[in-house]
Amino acid sequence: MRFSGFRVLAEALTGHTGWRPLWRNPDPQPAYDYIIVGGGGHGLAAAYYLAKTFGKARIAVLEKGWLGSGNIGRNTTIIRSNYLLPGNQPFYEFSMKLWENLEQEFNFNAMVSQRGILNLIHSDGQRDAFRRRGNAILLSGADAELLNADQVRDMAPFLNFDNARFPIKGGLLQRRAGTARHDGVAWGYARGADLAGVDLIQNCEVTGFRIEGGAVRGVETSRGYIAAGKVGVAVAGSSSRVMQMAGMRLPIESHVLQAFVSEGLKPTIPGVITFGAGHFYVSQSDKGGLVFGGDLDGYNSYAQRGNLPTIEDVAEGGMALMPMIGRARLLRAWGGIMDMSMDGSPIIDKTPIDGLFLNAGWCYGGFKATPASGYAFAHLLATGTPHDTARGYRLDRFATGHVIDEKGVGATPNLH
Amino acid sequence: MLIPHPLLGLRDAQEFTYLGDASLIARPDGMAEGAEAAFAEYVYQRDNPAGLHRELWFHEQGDRSWLVVTRDTTTHEIIGAELARDVSLARREAGA
Repeated sequence: MRFSGFRVLAEALTGHTGWRPLWRNPDPQPAYDYIIVGGGGHGLAAAYYLAKTFGKARIAVLEKGWLGSGNIGRNTTIIRSNYLLPGNQPFYEFSMKLWENLEQEFNFNAMVSQRGILNLIHSDGQRDAFRRRGNAILLSGADAELLNADQVRDMAPFLNFDNARFPIKGGLLQRRAGTARHDGVAWGYARGADLAGVDLIQNCEVTGFRIEGGAVRGVETSRGYIAAGKVGVAVAGSSSRVMQMAGMRLPIESHVLQAFVSEGLKPTIPGVITFGAGHFYVSQSDKGGLVFGGDLDGYNSYAQRGNLPTIEDVAEGGMALMPMIGRARLLRAWGGIMDMSMDGSPIIDKTPIDGLFLNAGWCYGGFKATPASGYAFAHLLATGTPHDTARGYRLDRFATGHVIDEKGVGATPNLH
Repeated sequence: MLIPHPLLGLRDAQEFTYLGDASLIARPDGMAEGAEAAFAEYVYQRDNPAGLHRELWFHEQGDRSWLVVTRDTTTHEIIGAELARDVSLARREAGA
C-alpha cells in the first residue's frame, strides 16, 4: 500500500474502507540472522536500513511493549546538526541529510519541517563560542548564520531582549534544522521495515542472552528462545538493565528529563528557540501547542516522571525568555528516561561479546539522530565495521581517553 | 523529595546537589599496579540499577555534609540516609 495524494482522494471517495494496518503482527520464528532488541526509533530505523540498504534478510525487531512506546514517543521532536566537535558534527549532518529525504525514502508523512533553530547569545564570550561553533558547522558542510540582536528581534519580537541578567545580543541560526512528527518517524520506519520483510514482534521482552564461548547465540524472551546470528541492542533509557543480562556494565546513568506542552495557540513561534544560559528551549507543534523543556531532574531515575522543582525551574526559564508564555496554560508534563553517557555522546559499537552490538548513550539528543543512528547501526551489523560518520562512538573510548565531550564537563552525566 | 538527614531531620532535596553512585567513595589507589584500568572503571562505569540505589548527595545549601542516600530509582522513594563519613569509616574498619 503506497501513500499518495491520489490515494487519499480515492479513499475519501470510497468511504475510507481501503486503509489497512501499516504492518503485520507476526509470531517470532525460531531463528533469525539479525535481531534488533528495541522497537523504538533507532531500532526500527536500524532494521529498516538493514533490510533496504544492506539487503539483509531474516531480521526481527523485538519490542517489550508496543512499537515506538519509549523515547521516540516522548521527546520534543527537534532535528538539527549544529554540533561543534569533529566526532559529532559529520554524524548529525549525515542525519540531517537523511531527514531531508526521509518521507520520499519511506513513503510516509513524518511531517519534517525545516523551520530553523535559533540558539540565543547573551554575552561577548558566548558570541565568540557560537562563532567558533558556527564555523565548525560550516566546515562540516552544514549551514549556520550568526545573527545580531536586530535580526533576532525581526524573527522573534516577543523575546525579552532586556533581561537584566541575560540580555539577548544575537543568535546562531541554523535554517535547515526544525522539527518532525516523532511518532510518524517510528511508524514510517516500522512500515518500511515490515514491507521489506522484517518481523516486528511486539509484547516480546528480552529476558536474557544466550552466550556460548564468548559469542551470542540468541536471546531468551517472554515468548521463548530465539536464535540469532547477530544481536543489536537499541534500548536507550534501559541500556544498562539490558546489557547487565549480558554481564556488561556501561558508562551510562539513566536520568529523567521532563517535557511540557501548552494548550494550542495560533502560530506564535517561528522555529525552535533555545535559551542556553537558562536552559530552556521551545518550539510550536503543528497543532499549536508550545512544546518546551529544560534541564534533567539530575538524579538517577527509571520512573518516567520527574518532580516539581524542575517544572518550576523550566517555567522560570520560559518566563525569563518570553514573558508572554505566562499567559499560556500548561496542558501536559511528562518524563522520559535518558541514557546519560559519561561524555554526553552516544555509543554505536560492537561489544566484547562476539555478535552482540550496542546502540546506546543518546543522552537527550537521540531523536534528531534517529535516521543516522539506524543507518550507522545497520552498517555496523551488516559489515562489521563502523559507518564513516560514527567512528568515534566507540564503547572503549572512555578507557582510551578518546571521549567526545561536547560540553566539556567531564564524567558528570547529569550535567551533559 | 525529602531527604532524612541524620543530623538535621527531613530536608528538601533542593538543598542538595547530586553526585552519583556511592561506590565513588571507594577511590582506587593511584599508585597500585593496574591503576589506569581501575580508574577507567571507577570514573566511567556504573551499575545504574533500576531499584534500590545508594548514591552521594551533598548538602550544599545546608551543613555541607556528604550523605549516602538509599533511594528507589523506579519510584523516587527515599529509604534512608547516612553520613558519607560514617560509611567511609565503616568501610575502612572492615578493611575494604
